[in-house]
Amino acid sequence: MTNNPQLLEATLDELKHLFSQRAQTGETMVLNMGPQHPSTHGVLRLIVELDGEILVNTVPDVGFLHTGIEKNMEAKTYTKALVMTDRLDYLNNMGNNLTYVLAVEKLMEVSVPERAQVIRVILAELQRIASHLIWLGTHTLDLAIQSMLFWCVREREHILEIFEDISGQRMMTSFMRPGGLWRDVTPTFIEKVEAFLEYLPARLDDYETMTRNNPIWIDRTQGIGVISGELALDWGLTGASLRGSGVPLDIRKLLPYSGYETYAFDVPVGQHGDVYDRYWVRVLEMRESLKIVRQAVERLKKLAGAPVISDDRKVVPPPRAELGRSMEALIHHFKLWTEGYSAPVGQVYVSTESPRGELGVFLAGNGGPKPHRVHFRTPSFVNLQALPLMTKGHFIADVVAVVGSIDIVLGDVDR
Amino acid sequence: MTTLEQTLTALKAKFGDAIEAVETFRGETTVVVTADKVVDVLKHLRETPALNFRWLADVTAYDDYPEEPRFKVCYQIRNLMEPLNLRIKTAVGGETPTLASCTSVYPAAGWQERELFDMFGITFTGHPDLRRILMPSDWEGHPLRKDYPLGYEEVQFTFNYDAIDKKKPYAKE
Repeated sequence: MTNNPQLLEATLDELKHLFSQRAQTGETMVLNMGPQHPSTHGVLRLIVELDGEILVNTVPDVGFLHTGIEKNMEAKTYTKALVMTDRLDYLNNMGNNLTYVLAVEKLMEVSVPERAQVIRVILAELQRIASHLIWLGTHTLDLAIQSMLFWCVREREHILEIFEDISGQRMMTSFMRPGGLWRDVTPTFIEKVEAFLEYLPARLDDYETMTRNNPIWIDRTQGIGVISGELALDWGLTGASLRGSGVPLDIRKLLPYSGYETYAFDVPVGQHGDVYDRYWVRVLEMRESLKIVRQAVERLKKLAGAPVISDDRKVVPPPRAELGRSMEALIHHFKLWTEGYSAPVGQVYVSTESPRGELGVFLAGNGGPKPHRVHFRTPSFVNLQALPLMTKGHFIADVVAVVGSIDIVLGDVDR
Repeated sequence: MTTLEQTLTALKAKFGDAIEAVETFRGETTVVVTADKVVDVLKHLRETPALNFRWLADVTAYDDYPEEPRFKVCYQIRNLMEPLNLRIKTAVGGETPTLASCTSVYPAAGWQERELFDMFGITFTGHPDLRRILMPSDWEGHPLRKDYPLGYEEVQFTFNYDAIDKKKPYAKE
């Protein structure tokens, strides 16, 4: 928090139109919260106008983590640009990979083998659980349940171990490739996922007991940061932030991808649109994800030995073993890793349900091997817009609860 | 129940010449609209109960430099009942590309239009708070334009240190 009058003056001048008249006369107080603040989940700066402890206005200031990912991707081939997507939303690496490769596959008209689709679903849902666990841990930590973070990170570790097992990386996996997967999963994959499916439900029961009927938790969350379903739709909220307000919209149901329409799962919704309902929707979502993973693992067992990547040699490089035997394979290998493949002129927009909401990729091809334009419609960026609306009239301590409940990741906001 | 064809027919009947083209690519429908009518088209799609394009998913743009008009702004809108996806595309160009803001129709566009202002330098008239959002407020240039280079700083060696230092855009004593 700053007391520097010069800084305050500068801020007020630029943002004058966003504060009330009372701020100009010094009747209300304008304070700086963040960007280095543990409860802002990264580097989010909030400029708050306070009347005593009550929030009059909140102005989010983002961009501290902007790394120009979209511009950088324009300088790489379609395949090589994939690694940038891991760095967007660093709690949803598999989901980012998936969205981008779906867009490339749509642009290039590549089909994906069924086994790859099933594994993609398992990984995306495990990633959703991992992301929700971090959210649960940090959100409860912000509202003073300290031990939860340690437990949640402990459970997430199991998922990261599975990711490390199959891709060699805990977070920046780049495991999904246009046409399928980088390689097949390890033989122990199914065993490990099943062990996790056995392990997690009892833990989730514990965490529910810790929070669901906890009077302190209820006090801090119920009736805080309320947004109605209509307003949430107007402001473009997606994901649990929208479903907490009672609007049952889920991209997995609305515009199914990777075969989600063939899995049985429910879309949990809240009623009141407050912090508590958003919390409860996410907790239920973890159980739904477990349900999907369970079904997908059964399918994966039946698909043993099937290919995990398309054999369309105009997009997918041949396996290493073929290079010694086939001249054509060698040519393809050389061409795909140096020049890449050329996409047609045209634009596609593909969206998936990330743990935070609708993650969209707008991809424009220009006939060359590099994307003309890649745009990520990131859920955190759009959801954060509604923060001033949700915090108005609440205590400053409630900002922390509301920021936690819309589950932003600053890498996702700033790109 | 409204189908895509019905939506397109209704649009053509209402706006006539303002609808420049309807493109289909990979199963996605794009309606190309003249820049002065884009907010009217969005408003019509959003507020006509039979069409009901309630949800603005995304606003983005791309730069076709050196073609003119160079910027193509794309609105990704969605009807929640069907679900129906539609992309409204319009072209802006010139020295100071200007487009009317659609925040009065879709409040969700607020930050996304700020991002376009920041990254492409497209001014949205009628926007309540048009400032840079991701880049610092004193930044020069618009990074996602095609004539904005990806690499910027020259590498400083001992032999050219002073020459490059003079050009650097930071405060000198």
